[in-house]
Amino acid sequence: MFVPCDHGGGSAGPDLKGFTLLMPAVSVGNVGQLAIDLVISTLDMTKVGYFYTDCLVPMVGNNPYATAEENSVELSINAEVYSLPSKKLVVLQIRSPFIKNKYRPFCQTLLSWVKSSKCARVVLLSSSHAYQRNDEQLLGTPLRYLLTPDLEKAVGGLMQELNWKEMEKVAAYPGIDDTDKVLHIPGGGITKLLFTESCSKGIQMAVLLKFCSEGDNIPDAFALVNYLNEWLQLIKSEVNTSSQWKIPSSWRLLFGSGLPPALF
Amino acid sequence: MATFFGEVVVAPSRAGVDDEEWAEEAREETPEDREIRRELEKKREIDVLWTLKSGASTESSADQLFVCSKLVIAIGHNAAAFLSSFILDSVCWEIVGVVKLWNEWCRTSNSTNVLPTDSFCLFYRLVSDPTVLLCQCSCYVAEDQQFQWLEKVFGCMRKEGLQVTILSTCPVADYKTQESTLTLPSPFLKALKTKEFKEQVCCPLLEQPNIVRDLPAA
Repeated sequence: MFVPCDHGGGSAGPDLKGFTLLMPAVSVGNVGQLAIDLVISTLDMTKVGYFYTDCLVPMVGNNPYATAEENSVELSINAEVYSLPSKKLVVLQIRSPFIKNKYRPFCQTLLSWVKSSKCARVVLLSSSHAYQRNDEQLLGTPLRYLLTPDLEKAVGGLMQELNWKEMEKVAAYPGIDDTDKVLHIPGGGITKLLFTESCSKGIQMAVLLKFCSEGDNIPDAFALVNYLNEWLQLIKSEVNTSSQWKIPSSWRLLFGSGLPPALF
Repeated sequence: MATFFGEVVVAPSRAGVDDEEWAEEAREETPEDREIRRELEKKREIDVLWTLKSGASTESSADQLFVCSKLVIAIGHNAAAFLSSFILDSVCWEIVGVVKLWNEWCRTSNSTNVLPTDSFCLFYRLVSDPTVLLCQCSCYVAEDQQFQWLEKVFGCMRKEGLQVTILSTCPVADYKTQESTLTLPSPFLKALKTKEFKEQVCCPLLEQPNIVRDLPAA
C-alpha cells in the first residue's frame, strides 16, 4: 500500500523505526484533517510517499502547501505521507472520504503497515458530533483523549499532569443505567474501529478528539492542534499559539468562489 | 433549510460517514451477508474485452500486453463528444476494445455498435500507428469501480514510454476563484501534469485549491 517517493529513502522507503505516526480520522467537520494540514504546513514537512489504495475516493490537485510558484506544481493525491526526521515524526494525510465497505480493509492494511514499519506509536486526530454529548459533556472542555493499554503504561501519567479529560464511555442503551458502558464516538469515522483494533493488536495508539459541529471548522482545527502540541511539543507554545501555526495556501476559498457583484 | 417547528433535521456530515453505515459495518458478517456482498461485488465487476485483429472478442490475457506509446482517455459526455467530432473517424481509427460494466447510474454492453446518446466505454487504435490508443468513456464509473477500471485497463498495457492524456470536463460552478465564476469567460482549460511530463502544456495549470476527482483523478 505504501509507495515511497524518489527522495523518500529510495526503493526501500524511509526508515520509520521508532517514529510517531500522526494521522487524521475523516470525521465530523474534517477537523482531524485540517489539524494535520496545519502540522504539515507549519513544520514544512517533506513528502516521503503515498498510499496506493482503492479504499478512498480518488482525487488529485496541485501542491496544497505551495508557498511560491516553484513549489506549486507538484501533484498531490488522496493519501500522502510526510516526515520530519528531526522530531521522529511521520504524518499521514487523508484527503477524501472512504468508499463504502472499504473502512475495515483500510484499517487492517494501515495497522499492518504501522507494525511493519516499526512506528513506535500512532496519534489519531479526530472529532465527534457535539450534539450527541450528554449533560456532563456539555460542560467544560470539548477536548478528549483515549489511550490504548500499551500506551497508557507509557504516558498515562503525563495526561494526568496535563489535566486532560479521558473520553467517557456511555451506556450501550441510553436511558437505561445498568447496562454495560461502551465507547461511542458518533461522527468519528474510523476512530473507534482503529482504536479497538489497536487495543487488540497491542499497538500504542492515542486518540485526540474534539466535540464539534459542521460549519467553519478552522477554529476547531486550531484547538485540536494546540491540544496535540501540549503533549508532543511540536512548536514552541507561547501565549498566543494560534498565530504560530501556518495556514496552508489550499485553505483559500474554503467556502467557494467570490460573489458576483450583480448580487448586490 | 426550511423546516417546520419541532422538526429535527440531521445535517449531513462533510466527513461523508453515515452512523448507520458504521453500525452495519461493525456487525460481524454472517455467511449470508458475505454471500450477498460477493454477489453484489460480482455484479459490479468491470470486464475489459479486447477485439483482436481477427475481429473476435476475447478477454485480454496476462502475457499479451499492448505496446502503447500514447493513450488519450476522454471521460464524460463532453470529452467523448469532442473526440467523436474532431478526432475519430471510421477510416483512420479502428475499435479494439470495450468495457462492460453496471452500476446504479448506467450500464454498458459489450457491443461496439453504439449511438452517441448511449453510455459506453470504447477503445480505438490508430490504423497508421497501432501504438496510439484512444478511449471514449461516456458512462459513469462509480467510486468503487474506478480503481478496478484503472487496474484492468492499464494492466493490459506496457507502461514504459507511455504518455497518457486525460480529457475531462467539470462545471464552472465548481471552480474556486477569488472573483465570482459568473464573470469568468467560459469554457476555459486548465491542466494538471506529473513531474515526468516534460513537454509544453497548452494551457495554465490548475490553481489551488481546485481539485479533480473520480475517474480522471484515479
